[in-house]
Amino acid sequence: MTVLAHESDEELPAWSLPASAEDALRVHSPWPPEVSREWAWGGATGAGVRVCILDSGVELGHPLVGEVQRSVAVTKSEDGIVIADDDAGDLCGHGTACAGIVRMLAPACELTSVRVLGAGYTGSAAVLMAGLEWAIEQRFDIINMSLSTTKKQYVDRLHELADAAYFKRTMLVASAHNMPVDSFPWRFASVISVGSHESPDPYLVYANPSPPVEFFARGLMVEVAWLGGETITATGNSFATPHVAGLAALILSKHPHLTPFQLKSALHLAAGNVEA
Amino acid sequence: MSDLRAAVGAGVFGADEAFRALLQATVETARSIFKAKASSVFLLDEGTDELVFEAVAGEGADTLIGKRLPSDTGVAGWVLVTRQPLVVEDLTKDTRFARDAAESTGYVPRGLMAVPLLEEDRALGVLEVLDRPEDSAFTLAEMDLLGLFANQAAIALSLLQRARRAKAALDGEGELAAVAQFAARLEEADEDKREAGLALLRALGTLLD
Repeated sequence: MTVLAHESDEELPAWSLPASAEDALRVHSPWPPEVSREWAWGGATGAGVRVCILDSGVELGHPLVGEVQRSVAVTKSEDGIVIADDDAGDLCGHGTACAGIVRMLAPACELTSVRVLGAGYTGSAAVLMAGLEWAIEQRFDIINMSLSTTKKQYVDRLHELADAAYFKRTMLVASAHNMPVDSFPWRFASVISVGSHESPDPYLVYANPSPPVEFFARGLMVEVAWLGGETITATGNSFATPHVAGLAALILSKHPHLTPFQLKSALHLAAGNVEA
Repeated sequence: MSDLRAAVGAGVFGADEAFRALLQATVETARSIFKAKASSVFLLDEGTDELVFEAVAGEGADTLIGKRLPSDTGVAGWVLVTRQPLVVEDLTKDTRFARDAAESTGYVPRGLMAVPLLEEDRALGVLEVLDRPEDSAFTLAEMDLLGLFANQAAIALSLLQRARRAKAALDGEGELAAVAQFAARLEEADEDKREAGLALLRALGTLLD
């Protein structure tokens, strides 16, 4: 049986392609004639897919979240940034809400919480960057980022991280702003950026032909997990984002070989407004 | 006080009041448009890393101005740090939120709309609208409206901050204060001394050209 390029540990030519190596570069990519929602995620559970929630923490033991594989917190001390296992839970409720949405769509996925809230406003961007860097090193399949920064001094590094994640098969799913604000990373092409639509269908996404907001997902009056094992009703792009992260987890559990480029294409083709 | 100092001072001192009034008008209008029980603007104090109530309409208008909260906890803190607007209903179910709100403001809202106040790459604070009517369904158009109010509040907050910085500079021992004090002494001096001082200033100007 032929070993395909993406299944092999063998080092492949990365910078140029000699004719002798062409055969080693064969890639299996079984796209159907038409990508439907059924092809994309029909019957999928999210099993085997590792999703990271980069947010305010996740409440452990919440019935709508279920098992959280690992919780870490990124904090700032006199010695610099510290990343350590954490049992403080959620400082706001928002991370728990995101985790609950991903769990609802992809019940068998693996969830990890990276808490980047708690370093004050002044430490927030540095902590966010360190948390994202750590999450990319852990090679999660999907990182849900319902957050952004406006601080210009972080934009170049954030861009590098987003591109590095993209090529390492980690899909960043980031909340867009609902006003024309210069915040990041959602404006980068290497992430999936998400705004809200008004439909109650959690599986419905719209592909936006006019980026930088690339997809719209359910973000209006969503019942979400919140602190104290409760649920509340919430609205915002930050709740639309984990819907796309959850659908991406479903797609990857059914089609584990998809790269972020292909995953974004599958999501595009399965969108409610895209016709063959 | 010299004419110059008076002129600068009037602008700066009056500005503080005028921009506070503009902020107050913004929260009053936001409260009215959304038919809400209260609306408030928090200013971020970067020195202490806290959010400070700067303008309040409705519930808490008499008691909350000047109260401080940590900059990164709760819904307002999340909104400030993440730059993402948020609308949440049924918050009374969140016992920690309810306890914290009761302790810090004495008012526990059922629902909350919060949006960051941004000026270029800086986050200046947060605009909140509390307890819009329960029976009306929320729409994304209202979310956009909230964003428009946030733009207006951000401009008012930015002007207020600048006026305060200018006032501090004028009152302090910095360069601007030194120039203002020099102008005051020149105003008060007799004609010969004033003429000599101005000649010196013109010479200084030539030197700096």
